[in-house]
Amino acid sequence: MIEIKNLTVDLGDFVLKDASLQIQKSEYFIILGPTGAGKTVLLETIVGLYPAKSGQVWLNGQEITHLEPEKRGIAFVYQDHVLFPHLSVWDNITFGLKRRKKPKAEIRETANWIIDLLKISHLTKRKPDTLSGGEKQKVALARALVIRPKVLLLDEPLSALDPETKETVQRELRRIHNQLGLTIVHVTHDFEEAVSMGDRIAVVGEGRVVQIGTPQEVFRQPNSEFVARFAMARNITIADIQDGEDGRAFAYVGDTKLEVLTEMRGKHRLSLRPEDILVSTEPFQSSARNSFKGPITHILDKGSILYLTIDVPPELVCLVTRRSYDEMNLNKGGEVHVTFKASAVHVF
Amino acid sequence: MKRIFKNKLTLLFLFLGILILLFILVPLIKMVAASDLGVLWDTFKDEQVRDSIWLTIKTALIATVIGLILGVPLAYILARHNFPGKRIVEGVVDLPIVVPHTAAGIALLFVFGRKFFMGQAFEPLGIEFVGAEPGIVVAMLFVSVPFLVDSAKEGFKFVDPRLEKVARTLGASPFQTFTRISLPLARRSILAGSVMMWARGLSEFGAVIILAYHPMIAPILTYERFESYGLEYSRPVAVLLILIALVVFITLRTIIYRGEKS
Repeated sequence: MIEIKNLTVDLGDFVLKDASLQIQKSEYFIILGPTGAGKTVLLETIVGLYPAKSGQVWLNGQEITHLEPEKRGIAFVYQDHVLFPHLSVWDNITFGLKRRKKPKAEIRETANWIIDLLKISHLTKRKPDTLSGGEKQKVALARALVIRPKVLLLDEPLSALDPETKETVQRELRRIHNQLGLTIVHVTHDFEEAVSMGDRIAVVGEGRVVQIGTPQEVFRQPNSEFVARFAMARNITIADIQDGEDGRAFAYVGDTKLEVLTEMRGKHRLSLRPEDILVSTEPFQSSARNSFKGPITHILDKGSILYLTIDVPPELVCLVTRRSYDEMNLNKGGEVHVTFKASAVHVF
Repeated sequence: MKRIFKNKLTLLFLFLGILILLFILVPLIKMVAASDLGVLWDTFKDEQVRDSIWLTIKTALIATVIGLILGVPLAYILARHNFPGKRIVEGVVDLPIVVPHTAAGIALLFVFGRKFFMGQAFEPLGIEFVGAEPGIVVAMLFVSVPFLVDSAKEGFKFVDPRLEKVARTLGASPFQTFTRISLPLARRSILAGSVMMWARGLSEFGAVIILAYHPMIAPILTYERFESYGLEYSRPVAVLLILIALVVFITLRTIIYRGEKS
C-alpha cells in the first residue's frame, strides 16, 4: 500500500533520518513517539507538503515522492482540525469535490453520504467557529473522507479533545475504519491510544524509526532503551471486567482478580503505572484489596530508581527507589508483596 | 470610563492625544465651516473643477487596480517565503514612502519620459506619459503602492499556512488554493490597503506635477488657483476635494468595519 524507503527530511533545525515503513491496505497504522520526534513531518512528507531530501515514497506500487499533494489522493487531518473559517460546514466538506469539478448532483450525493456516516447533518449550515471540539473533528474527518482518499493521515486526532469526546471520536474512528476498509495512519504520543487503536505501531524517536511491530511486540519486546522507556512506563493487559458484589467491578486477568473503578464491562485493556504500585517484603495490613505476591523475575537498574518485574501473574512492572531497594535487600527470584489502589488501574 | 481618569498617566496621554486630534481637525473644520454654500455650489458647477475632481478619482482608481494586480502577488510571496535578500525587497517596497515626491516625479521622468525606454516602449501603443493621464497614474502608483503591499502582506501573514496545506491535500491546485483560501481570508486587509492606496493617490501632488501638470488633477488645480487668484478662489476647490475624499473614506471604512464584525 504505502511504502517509505530510506526517507530523509531536512528542515534545518530538525532532521528525520533514513525512515523506512510499510503500511498494508486497510491497516490501522500508528506512529508513536514523543513530542518533537518528527511524527508530523513524516506525515507531511507522505502527503507531499515537505520535500524529501532523499529516499522514496510509494503508493500502490507507484512512486509518488515528487508528486504534488493534490494529485496523491492522500487526505490529512491536523490535530486542531484546521477548518476553513470563511466557509460553512457544507462548503468545507464539499471543497475537495468542487476542486475536482464533479457534477453538482454527485457532489450533493457524496457529501450527504459522508454527512450521514458521521451523523453531522444538523451542522451543515454552521460556520466552523461555532462548533465544539468534537464537532470540528467530525467535520474535518468528513472533509477528508469525502474525496474517498486512498489513505487517511491523522495527526494527533484525539489529543485536543476532552476525555469524553475523545472516547466518542475513538469509537467513530474505529467504526469508519471498519466500515470503509480504509487505510489509516494515525500519529500520537500516547502509548495507551497507540495500543488500543493500532493494528501495528511504529515507534519514532530522535528523528528515526526505532521499532515497528504489533502492539504486543512493541510492548513485550522493546528493542531499545528508547522504546522500553516509552512502553515500560506502563503495565498494560487485557482483562474481562464483571460485576462484583455491592456495585463494585472486578477485572479478571487469567486467574487473578483485580478491583477496578469503572462503569465498563466485558473485555477491555487495563493500564497501571509502575510508580502507583507499592512493593514490600512484608504482607500489607491496609484495606487495599489489590494485594498480591510473587517472585521478582527481572530487575532493570536505572541508578536512582529500579524497575522490578514481579510475576503475580500477570507480570507487573513496579518502580522502587534505590534507597528502598537497598533497605529491603531485594534480589531476583525473591518473593515480594505488591499492592495498589483500585483507582490506580486505568480501564480503556 | 471613570477608571480612566483615576490614572494620572492616562490623563496626561489623553491630553496630548486631544492636542494632536485638534491639530488635524481644526484647520479642516475651520476651512469647511467658513465656506459659503453658494460659492461651493458655484465652484461645483465650474466644469474645470468637476473635470479635475473626476480625473483625480479615476486616475487614483486605475493606479489602485494596477497596484492590486502587481502588488498583491508580491505581498503573498513576502508573507509566505523566506529568501536571502527578503529584507532588501521589503525595503524597496517602502522606498516610495521616504523618497521626496518631487524627486520621485523626476526619477519617473527618466524612465517614462518621451526619450526614455518606458516612454518609447509605450509610444507605438499611442500611450504617452508626460502631460497625460497615464503619467498621473504612474506617479500615483509609485507613491501609493507601498500602502497596499504592506497591508496585504500583513493580511496574508494572518492566514494559517496549514489551511493552504489542507486545501492542497483535498485536491486544490496552488492557484485554486490562492483564490479560494488565501485571498478570501486576507481580503479585509487587501481592501483596507486598497482604500489607503487610493486615498494616498487622490492626495498626491509632488510627483504628479512633475510628470503631468496638465490635465489637471484637483490638488494641482487647487494650487494653481491659489497661485493665480489667491486664497479666496482656491478654498472652495480644496473644500470640495476634502468633502469628497471624506465621504468616500468614511463609506469604505464603514464597509470594512462591518465586514470585520460579521
